[in-house]
Amino acid sequence: MSDAGMFAILRCAIRRDLVLAMRRRADVLTTLFFFVIVVSLFPLGVGPEVNLLRSMGPGVVWVAALLASMLSLGRLFSGDHRDGTLEQMLLTPQPLPLLVFGKVVAHWLSSGVPLVFMAPVLGMQFGLSQDAVLVLMATLLLGTPVLSMIGAIGAALTLGLRGGGVLVSLLVLPLYIPVLIFGAGAVEASASGLGAQAHMSLLGAFLVASLLLAPWATAAALRISME
Amino acid sequence: MGHGRRIAYFDGIRWVTGLGNINWFKYASPVTFYGLAGRMIPWFSAAAAVLAVAGIYIGFFVAPTDFQQGEAYRIIFIHVPASWMSMFIYVVMAVWAGFGLVLNTRLSSMMASALAPTGAMFAFIALWTGALWGRPMWGAYWVWDARLTSELILLFLYIGFMALQAAIDDPRRADRAGAVIALVGVVNVPIIYFSVLWWNTLHQGSSISVTKAPAMAHIMLTGMLVMAIAAWMYTIAVVLVRVRCIILERERHSAWVADLVKEAK
Amino acid sequence: MIWASWSAFFAMGGYAFYVWGSYVMALVFIAGEVWLLLRRKRTLLQRLSLIQRLSAGEKDETAS
Repeated sequence: MSDAGMFAILRCAIRRDLVLAMRRRADVLTTLFFFVIVVSLFPLGVGPEVNLLRSMGPGVVWVAALLASMLSLGRLFSGDHRDGTLEQMLLTPQPLPLLVFGKVVAHWLSSGVPLVFMAPVLGMQFGLSQDAVLVLMATLLLGTPVLSMIGAIGAALTLGLRGGGVLVSLLVLPLYIPVLIFGAGAVEASASGLGAQAHMSLLGAFLVASLLLAPWATAAALRISME
Repeated sequence: MGHGRRIAYFDGIRWVTGLGNINWFKYASPVTFYGLAGRMIPWFSAAAAVLAVAGIYIGFFVAPTDFQQGEAYRIIFIHVPASWMSMFIYVVMAVWAGFGLVLNTRLSSMMASALAPTGAMFAFIALWTGALWGRPMWGAYWVWDARLTSELILLFLYIGFMALQAAIDDPRRADRAGAVIALVGVVNVPIIYFSVLWWNTLHQGSSISVTKAPAMAHIMLTGMLVMAIAAWMYTIAVVLVRVRCIILERERHSAWVADLVKEAK
Repeated sequence: MIWASWSAFFAMGGYAFYVWGSYVMALVFIAGEVWLLLRRKRTLLQRLSLIQRLSAGEKDETAS
């Protein structure tokens, strides 16, 4: 199969899922609002003291990103599973990891990228400086695809199971922890003057590793779940 | 796997097992393994009991009082072996699960499922004893040091594995799905540990690292090793009992189980 | 023997709560695991023999 063929398949998969997501804008928007609401709860819980909020901010935004990402995982495969498209995907001669990769990219575009753009607003709630907000956005940009990639494995494993949403969280949150540590840590490091290069490099490494390995694992998990 | 490849694969196994003239793969069948396991259990239980007594004797009656920590340090004789076992069991569990996934042997997957609860138990013991050790040592029941935090995440990984298998009714799907999550988990464990270590040292600042163990007298290390081996023997015994239960449950419709049940009455 | 007396042993230099708390808890968990496992085996064998008796009883009924 020629390279041009591969890209065409990928583009097709991404475009299909994006079109479907656009038709159900409500799903996408509810995840975004969940993100905002959760982040807003923390100051209400710990008080409005500025220094405390400033030190908590990156961590809180990142935890909320984790939770929002997990919430949106449910709809990654369930729609296709319900109407039989997923079965067709398993039967096509096109490589399943490639199709999965496309779906996850589309998922990230519709649920991860909006989080990146909400970061400045939320950073304002926590009194983060402009530099801190920029670093936060950069870490989210690098980190949210990783969350989608790893989350897809969990979504594929729990396809069609009862108690699905909570189960996915249990499976996937421990795996998210390194991304959380380095994502939030980067903002803190840059704020304290140490520089966030190391953190960003590690996030980049996670990204590359997950882009290469996760679609494989997800495809295997889909085959297991669909037998 | 193509037909030709499969034949070559089994030829390979026959060649390898022919070498030793021992048919190891005989024990890959649940029936034969059930008998073998039953005969092994008493030996491993006895070994575990003897070594545990020896280890506790060393820990309480031979090892001297620590200069810095007083008598409280004696918790390490249970904390450290439990922590080692929880990590060791996770790797072994992932290996068995991987075999089950790749070779399609049911017994390998059953072993993985049998290992998980014991591993989770050791992780919990490590956390509990770690907290009780932390209180007199560092003044708080919970300190977010790298090892304790990683241990907590390991417990979550165990629970995730068990929850996933519990949620799936079809045993084969449960085996394979569990294998995927166990393999993904085992690959992530070093990454998680490194991340937590980084996070911890970054936030420690200039305070004394709580993960650095005090220089240990030779006898203390011996005590820990004896307890660790005791825990290992115990694990083997318990896992064999559990896997026998799982075999009975899964194979309950077969003739050999029916015969076994009849004889047991 | 490194302990002056049995009471010194139980006191553990003031750390009795922590040391004995750890060991007792570990013992409870291990004993618990073993007990639960043996109970699982026992219940399993009981249920299987019950099923066997019931299905044998059914066969007798259909035969006679």
